Amino acid sequence: MKITEDTIQYVAALAKLSVTEGEKKKIAKDLEDILDYMEIMNQLDTEGVEPMSHVLPVKNIFREDVVINENNREELLKNAPKQKDGSFAVPKTVE
Amino acid sequence: MKAYETVIGLEVHVELATKSKIFCSCTTLFGGDPNTHCCPVCTGMPGTLPVLNKQVVEYAIAAGLALNCSITRRCKFDRKNYFYPDLPKAYQISQLYLPICRDGGIEIETSAGKKTVRIHEIHMEEDAGKLIHDPWEDCTLVDYNRCGVPLIEIVSEPDMRSAEEVVAYLEKLRLILQYLGVSDCKMQEGSLRADINLSVREVGAIELGTRTEMKNMNSFKAIARAIEGERKRQIELLEYGKCVVQETRRWDDNKDTSFAMRSKEDAQDYRYFPEPDLLPIEISDEWLETIRSRQPELRDDKMLRYEKEFDIPSYDASIITGSKHLADLFEETVAICKKPKEVSNWLMVETMRLLKEQEMEAEDINFSPDHLAKLIEMVDQNKINRTVAKEVFEKIFKENIDPEEYVDKHGLGMVSDDGLLRSTIEKVIADNPQSVTDYKGGKSKAMGFLVGQTMKEMKGKADPGMVNQIVKELLDK
Repeated sequence: MKITEDTIQYVAALAKLSVTEGEKKKIAKDLEDILDYMEIMNQLDTEGVEPMSHVLPVKNIFREDVVINENNREELLKNAPKQKDGSFAVPKTVE
Repeated sequence: MKAYETVIGLEVHVELATKSKIFCSCTTLFGGDPNTHCCPVCTGMPGTLPVLNKQVVEYAIAAGLALNCSITRRCKFDRKNYFYPDLPKAYQISQLYLPICRDGGIEIETSAGKKTVRIHEIHMEEDAGKLIHDPWEDCTLVDYNRCGVPLIEIVSEPDMRSAEEVVAYLEKLRLILQYLGVSDCKMQEGSLRADINLSVREVGAIELGTRTEMKNMNSFKAIARAIEGERKRQIELLEYGKCVVQETRRWDDNKDTSFAMRSKEDAQDYRYFPEPDLLPIEISDEWLETIRSRQPELRDDKMLRYEKEFDIPSYDASIITGSKHLADLFEETVAICKKPKEVSNWLMVETMRLLKEQEMEAEDINFSPDHLAKLIEMVDQNKINRTVAKEVFEKIFKENIDPEEYVDKHGLGMVSDDGLLRSTIEKVIADNPQSVTDYKGGKSKAMGFLVGQTMKEMKGKADPGMVNQIVKELLDK
């Protein structure tokens, strides 16, 4: 399957990545190889096989609805490049 | 002008009433100082893993069953990717491919009659944080207290045709969820939020028109106004030969108008994929039956039961069951005093009057059922008359006072002391010779005046039956 440089540009923009022209070519090639491999896999007959939703045969792992509120705001805010009044400060968002 | 039809579908986000968040143990309490209901999981710290709150699944199933959906017995979560600081992980854990409930519907009733609004699906997801735009500095402050609070999103089919139908649908939905205990549905706290998808088409057309989506709807009144405004705007565009643009609009209730937020041009591509950090959910027959067997009596059934069991008019039953809080109060009071008609009367007349006067909602009532029950007993046993009872009830309503203590303290108890009544009446008769003459001359109304004067002398605390009897006795002597 042919991946155009426009597609690479679009996917990179969605992921907020900037890629150089040289990188675009390399990534396009890599993605094409991956999709070609998928094509091979698609030839397998999967009639009657349940789609897999997880690698491990485990399900229904829950926690009970119990509150353990630790309030470690100071600790959490340490990771923020900028903070103000107990909040994470980020560049202005306008909707 | 051509005749147009409005087509509306709703996406309703409901915050679930769990104590802890959907994927971590932080509290879901509303408000709180910024970022004090947070932990490494809900603030998206690298290396943390979500663990699903079982109660979320049970609430979602309960909602699905009550909304006549089929339950997806094997379901899972997906990642919805987007960059916005209200979600620190840069993705929201939601459900796209296998939502927990599908293909339901509820019946609504409007002036146009009954109809069914179909429900396309219900899915579980996490709420996002709150952004506050700093007024002093050129930055946005992020509070993640709400981030990770469990939500269900109830997606309807485009089956509604008017604001009236939308409000009827939302009201029904709210009552069902409140009765289930799945959510408090407080719109002012954002526990129930509706996005409105609206399009117009010529009457008789089969194809749907281009729709717009309106977000930020936080009251039924605003919703009704927004629908009216958007319907007019779209019809005007079409009448002038223009096209409706598919876009998200924000309704500004103060300006009574909506404006474009983002068009579908820069539509988000969410690149959904199965959430690898969570395991699949398998809902067994036993689990489903346990949840089904716990479903409480819902509004429609309760309303019918009140009519049948307590002999209450259907209008009154609909008002009382129109709020779960009011219905609970009614049942608790009836359980104590066993006088359903009296309880219903106090709720329908005085309570409604005071709610209106105080501009309160039924949800805000906070007097205890035993105080109302006591008051009803006191009236029944002639300890106080109805006029005093109303006054005492107002105190119960406003301050939740104990009626017995209050009546004792303020000396409001009914005077049934024969001697005191007699001497008062004798004085009234002596003071009003004209009325006595009128009465003897055949004007029976004059007696009413004397009774009234006596009640006034007694400051309304006399037993009217006794007063009547004594006045008549003395006049006829």
